Amino acid sequence: MAQQDVKIREPLLIELSTPGRRGVRFPEPDVPQADLPEDLVRSDLPLPEVSEVDVVRHYTRLSQYNHGVDINFYPLGSCTMKYNPKVNEDMARLPGFLNIHPLQPVETVQGALAVMYTLQEALKEITGMAGVSLQPAAGAHGELTGVLIIREYHRSRGDTKRNKILVPDSAHGTNPASSAMSGMRVVEIPSDKRGNIDLEKLKAECDDTLAGLMITNPNTLGLFEEHIEEVVQAVHEAGGLVYGDGANLNALLGIARFGDMGFDVVHLNLHKTFSTPHGGGGPGSGPVAVAEHLVDFLPGPVVTIVDQDEEGTPIYGFTWPEKSIGRVKAFYGHFGVMVRALTYILMLGADGLRQVAEDAVLNANYLRVLLQDTYHIPYNRLCKHEFVAEGRWPDAPGIRALDISKRLMDFGFHPPTNYFPLIVHEALMIEPTETESKATLDAFIDAMKQIAREARENPELLRKAPHNTPFGRVDEVRAARQLILTWFDWA
Amino acid sequence: MYTPHTPEERQAMLRAIGVERIEDLFVDVPAKYRYPKMNLPPAMTEMEATAQMQSLAEANEQVGKDLISFLGAGAYHHYVPAVVDHILRRGEFYTAYTPYQPEVSQGTLHAIFEYQSLMCALTGMEVANASMYDGATAVAEAVNMAYHVFRGKRPKAVLAPSLHPQYIATTLTYYGHSDREVVIPEEGPTAEPDVVLKYVDDRTSLVMVQYPDFFGRMYDFTELAQAVHERGALFGVAVNPMALGLFKAPGEMGADIVTAEGQPLGIPLSFGGPYLGVFATRKKYVRKIAGRLVGETVDSRGQRAYVLTLTAREQHIRRARATSNICTNNALMALAATVYLGLLGKQGLRQVAELNYHKAHYAAQRIAALEGYELAFPNTPFFNEFTVKTPVPASQILQALLDEFDILGGYDLGQDYPELDHHLLIAVTEMNTREQIDLLAEALNVIARRG
Repeated sequence: MAQQDVKIREPLLIELSTPGRRGVRFPEPDVPQADLPEDLVRSDLPLPEVSEVDVVRHYTRLSQYNHGVDINFYPLGSCTMKYNPKVNEDMARLPGFLNIHPLQPVETVQGALAVMYTLQEALKEITGMAGVSLQPAAGAHGELTGVLIIREYHRSRGDTKRNKILVPDSAHGTNPASSAMSGMRVVEIPSDKRGNIDLEKLKAECDDTLAGLMITNPNTLGLFEEHIEEVVQAVHEAGGLVYGDGANLNALLGIARFGDMGFDVVHLNLHKTFSTPHGGGGPGSGPVAVAEHLVDFLPGPVVTIVDQDEEGTPIYGFTWPEKSIGRVKAFYGHFGVMVRALTYILMLGADGLRQVAEDAVLNANYLRVLLQDTYHIPYNRLCKHEFVAEGRWPDAPGIRALDISKRLMDFGFHPPTNYFPLIVHEALMIEPTETESKATLDAFIDAMKQIAREARENPELLRKAPHNTPFGRVDEVRAARQLILTWFDWA
Repeated sequence: MYTPHTPEERQAMLRAIGVERIEDLFVDVPAKYRYPKMNLPPAMTEMEATAQMQSLAEANEQVGKDLISFLGAGAYHHYVPAVVDHILRRGEFYTAYTPYQPEVSQGTLHAIFEYQSLMCALTGMEVANASMYDGATAVAEAVNMAYHVFRGKRPKAVLAPSLHPQYIATTLTYYGHSDREVVIPEEGPTAEPDVVLKYVDDRTSLVMVQYPDFFGRMYDFTELAQAVHERGALFGVAVNPMALGLFKAPGEMGADIVTAEGQPLGIPLSFGGPYLGVFATRKKYVRKIAGRLVGETVDSRGQRAYVLTLTAREQHIRRARATSNICTNNALMALAATVYLGLLGKQGLRQVAELNYHKAHYAAQRIAALEGYELAFPNTPFFNEFTVKTPVPASQILQALLDEFDILGGYDLGQDYPELDHHLLIAVTEMNTREQIDLLAEALNVIARRG
């Protein structure tokens, strides 16, 4: 089936398949069999046929080809790959959380509503905002929700010409994409020499078509916006709203709050800041928090206290904000992720959260300072949770950030984020997080310094890296050219 | 707690940075914002937090334990084999990020390639993405993809009124006040599917129907798909993937896009999420599809390997001109569906689908025989869910079933459609025993006779 010149390290399920084999059985029906509507019944179901042992070994072997936070350091910038506490996983799987249907009457799921309400309230405290919706499923989904709220706010005031969203050039790609998806026009604002948003260029765009600004603070260079007060003021004076991308909130927990800075809408990533696992690409959760004047626009339903019993215990219910933009997904959001995040917040408390931010920033600055003589750091000042170095040297021609990243794998480390933000050449975006020890950071520094030496002395070692991983460098061009996207494409 | 430094280590690190105190790392934050008071409960130990979360979990009434459930309406109580969660709990899978670095992500990439293949096998389509958030957002993304297929020249999408009301609501939220039009036929929610044709014109990019529809009905859409194609639009079908273990795939009927709520494939109810958005289409639209795609290739050592491909469609490259804003999706839930389908395979999925079918039909026949109750659509095939006309408002029946029998009797359609307040949507899965079905029938009888 597969191409013959290719070595197969692990077969696909379909290659493990033998006709007639089964991995699980169900009981025989305890009811009479009904007639099937023959013309609607499918004639062929081309699924693999494997045993339970096959399945377990296959996926266990596959798992061993992955790098995860549980294995080693994962300094992937802007992704906040902190340790995912095991207790969170157990809590999300409590039968009382796992086996409840989203459409059960609310009186039978008061515990679940209490989880959501408590998390809403905690996120309000942490962000300094007035209202929270837990519905968005991921960060980008939260952004879309936030921009829809901004659009609806202006529309409700009859201010329909406001269709422009400003986005700094250092922003995550999801910011312009979410704005465009909401039917907004995106205008990019450059960064200044210190890595801040260019205040003059920003002011020039602050006119009566301005719907809002999407700003990440700390930004993707890991830098706190030095003119944040002027930025917020300029946007507000023009009648626009300020959207805060909370992807990098880890640096600000207990340090500063978006609400206090005058932001109107923010989203948070529970799968970054609040320790819920990333799952190899989700599920995440991207709650949206808003200031007082936008609470009525939140997607519905939200959890509120609707009554109390004789003993004063709150009774929770679902309610719809008065001018809600509507729902942004089915049901209420990623409840299982909410359980994990609430467990984390309960265990940290206010002091623990501040400790998270302090150690995240401590770790990032430690790496920055100890690597700054080896790697060029274009915006080299006090950073927050992450910093961006250049993965190139004038005296090591032909070596790129990608080569450094691949070589890091040989030391057992996951590489930093590559080629983002776009405003740094050969970017290596490094976010250590607070859960890493000094010993781990020191080992990473040693590896980075050794790689810098190798770049001059033995560049081939980098260009052909990784060497110690089960798989070597993967041919992306071939994948795009041959476009084999399923095992049916082999034929 | 999850921060390992000792005070001595912190001091050493601060010295290395060249500052004295940790507060010196935050001088770039304006002083008036610094160190806000946060009114949160004091930190708990793991023991205390566990106790608190357990007491909240126990405050819920569980399906299958405390309550007998016939509730579906987009989320279904199915058996999840033990293997599924054991694989999901492997830290190598769940503590990994999106597989941007293929050399150390082959586990995730290989599994996504299998997922894409399995979704195509099930739906009869040619390409599937690595997942979306849920069934509702997958429909919204279908509307978006069809819009881009016609480069915005056909700004209208027609959604069948029998689509899940929350899928319709979600799509309306996404595009409600933009230059896109989302049209819902006005003939009422239970109109026959070909009612959509009246609304299809040369500005229409997509017609979206559901299979089985929200009321449980199943139709062969072959002719409808053809009629939609004759008008130049794409035909999309939102499916229950478990039904496809038994019923004809939408690909066989001429669908261009198939979306699904993947929750029935090994994902627990979990109060509505995280679930799995399935999105599949024809290969000719592959450059318009949203989200991650994994393709096969080789590595530098000649080994077969997998990698994210056609990434130029996506937000991190194309920014405002991307096919969608989606980034993080629901990869771990896609892994659950992959392991589930791997275990069940060809025979197991058919068997569980048939079990659902037979039990639901037994329940329908028992209920239809009761005085005062009748099937709302007696001549239309259904899978594991059906609509019953009730002698008293469905809300009253559900309350009585819950209060007196600990039964979740289904979904009161009057919540979404006032004209259907005497209609109950009942789901029956392999988890329901004959005794439970008989009890439901008896209880319904008691409630009806009392009036």
